[in-house]
This record gives sequence, structure tokens and C-alpha cells, in this order.
Amino acid sequence: MSSPAERVREIIVEQLGVNAEQVTDESKFVEDLGADSLDTVELVMALEEEFGTEIPDEEAEKLTTVGEAIAYVQKIVGG
Amino acid sequence: MGFAGKTALITGGARGIGRAIAEELAAAGATLAIVDVLQDVAEATAAAFRERGVEAAAFVANVASPADVERLFGEVMARFGKIDILINNAGITRDNLIMRMKEEEWDAVIAVNLKGTFNCIKAASRPMLKARSGCIVNIASVVGVMGNAGQANYSASKAGVIGLTKTAAKELASRGITVNAVAPGYIATDMTGKLSEEARKAFLTVVPLARPGTPQDVARAVRFLCSEDAAYITGQVLHVDGGMLM
Ligand SMILES: NC(=O)c1ccc[n+]([C@@H]2O[C@H](COP(=O)([O-])OP(=O)(O)OC[C@H]3O[C@@H](n4cnc5c(N)ncnc54)[C@H](O)[C@@H]3O)[C@@H](O)[C@H]2O)c1
Repeated sequence: MSSPAERVREIIVEQLGVNAEQVTDESKFVEDLGADSLDTVELVMALEEEFGTEIPDEEAEKLTTVGEAIAYVQKIVGG
Repeated sequence: MGFAGKTALITGGARGIGRAIAEELAAAGATLAIVDVLQDVAEATAAAFRERGVEAAAFVANVASPADVERLFGEVMARFGKIDILINNAGITRDNLIMRMKEEEWDAVIAVNLKGTFNCIKAASRPMLKARSGCIVNIASVVGVMGNAGQANYSASKAGVIGLTKTAAKELASRGITVNAVAPGYIATDMTGKLSEEARKAFLTVVPLARPGTPQDVARAVRFLCSEDAAYITGQVLHVDGGMLM
């Protein structure tokens, strides 16, 4: 099975309709990957679904880059 | 058949205007999720549709309860796999003059008519966003725009529905989801059957078309807003009131 980090990257590629090569740890969702406000909400919802967790709004607001999202998920699922 | 392969969830669909909307959508091929608090009536309505070969099922839920609504959408998704059309039609009245209106009367009407509509839009937005399409029609009322003595709670709830309609339309538009409201005037149903003869007569004096509307008059407007013909219409209030409001 793929690692949590890979699963997060796959979700980002699918939700934002971007190429896998564009998705580096430093990529910012809004500035680099062209996400609008609904995209970021949908992304958070997709992560919640994938990892069976609820991400509080105040945590979700802090997830602005791919690396931050991966780190957050790793913290929750361990690994 | 314009709605073939589409699933429509209609709150308050057991009777009255909701049932007429179900008829119109089913006639154009839609599959029906009939939602109501009246279990027996909802089941009888769904059964009557199934007898005519329409795919239909009844679901019992109180739209004012977020927990009920969440369970409801889970059940409908499990049963039909998608929700293309949401009609927020469930509504109640608890009329009284402001001076006499009890807190419970105010709260009950706001809870069902306004919060219930919000609860269902919120629940429907997830599958619709994923599908990148969807159509939501909220049943407002002419009194949400004009006001009506004795209906502070109801008119406020319906004015609220209009504001909610416009905001939802703006939030969801970029994903191909349209949100509109239909504002009926005086329609002959169980809800208005409670009115006194004088009140009914008084109503008709302000209706240029000089007759009460039928549930079907409202349902046809709803069907239009859900159709391809209305694909470029969102955030609007379509008045179906015989000309009461101009
Ligand atoms: N009849 C009119 O003249 C008129 C005018 C303007 C607007 N409207 C609106 O049209 C809609 C339908 O009205 P109607 O005249 O058919 O009324 P109705 O009372 O005949 O039907 C309303 C249906 O909603 C259901 N319902 C009530 N509370 C509910 C809840 N909490 N959860 C789920 N279902 C619930 C009822 O059981 C009923 O089946 C309402 O929103 C009403 O405000 C009606």
C-alpha cells in the first residue's frame, strides 16, 4: 500500500487537476497549484474522507502547502 | 425525457406542492427520494409512484435536525448513488401576531423552513461538488418579499431562504451547480386549507389572475429551473403568484 505522503499527493493531483510533477512539498495550493477557496475546502474534505479523520477549521487554515498537508496527515496516522 | 437517470430529493414531498413537484420531475424521467416527517403519507406517495413504474422511495427525516439530514443523505446516496436535484420544499406555518407570538412558534418555523433548507443544501453540496453539477431549488414565498400580518416567523424564514439561495448560488456556481428559489403566492393546499373563508377571499382580491394557484403551477416552474433550459439561470427568485407581486 502507498504511504500516507503518496496518498496525500495523489489526492492533491486528483482534486486540483494538476500534474504530479507540479506537486512538490513546497508547492502552495493557492499560489502554485491554482486552488480557489472551494478547492481548498474540497481538498480538506477529501483528506478527511481518505484518512477517516476530522480536520478542525483552525488546523485546516494552516495547511497552505503540500508539505504541511503531508506533515499533518503523518502526525495523525503515524508514519 | 429530460431527467432520465437523474435522482431528485424532495423534502416535504409526501403531499401538497412537494408531491406535485415529484409528479412533474417523475413525468420527465427522474428517480424520486420522497422525504417527509409523515412516514405513512410519504410511503403511500412513493408506493403510488412505483405502481406507475417510477423509481421512488420514501425516507423519513426531520429537515430541522442536522443529524437526521446527515443520515438521510447517507441513505439516499446508498440507495440511488447520486443526488442531482434537491428541492427544499418542507415548510410549516405557526401564525400569530407579533404581540402574541410565542418563542416556540418563532423557533419552530425558523428551524424547519430556514435551518432545514440550510441543512439540506450543506449535505447536498458534497455530492454535487464532486459531480461538478447539480440543481437546487428552494421554495420561498411571496410573503418573504412582501411581509404578511400574522406571519412574522414565516415571512422572516422565507426572506432568509432567499438570502441563503443567493449565497449558495455564489458559492457553488463555479462547480456547475445552480441554486434558485421559487416564491409561490396563494396556492390551494392543506397549508392554506387552514385559512378562514374571509382570509381566502381577501387573498384573492390581490391576485390579478383572480384564482388561487395550484400545486402544479408551482411544480412546473420548479421543473423549468431544474431543466437544461434554465442552465444559465442561478441565484434568482421566480415568482409564481398570479401577479400578486409586480
Ligand atoms: N400553499 C401555499 O399557498 C404556499 C405559498 C407559498 C409558499 N408555500 C411553501 O410551499 C412549501 C410546501 O407547502 P404546502 O402548501 O405543500 O404545505 P403542506 O403542509 O401541504 O406540505 C408540506 C410538507 O412538508 C412536510 N414537512 C413539514 N415539516 C417537515 C420537516 N421538519 N421535515 C420534513 N418534512 C416536513 C409536511 O409533512 C408536508 O408533507 C412550503 O415550503 C410552503 O411554505 C406554500
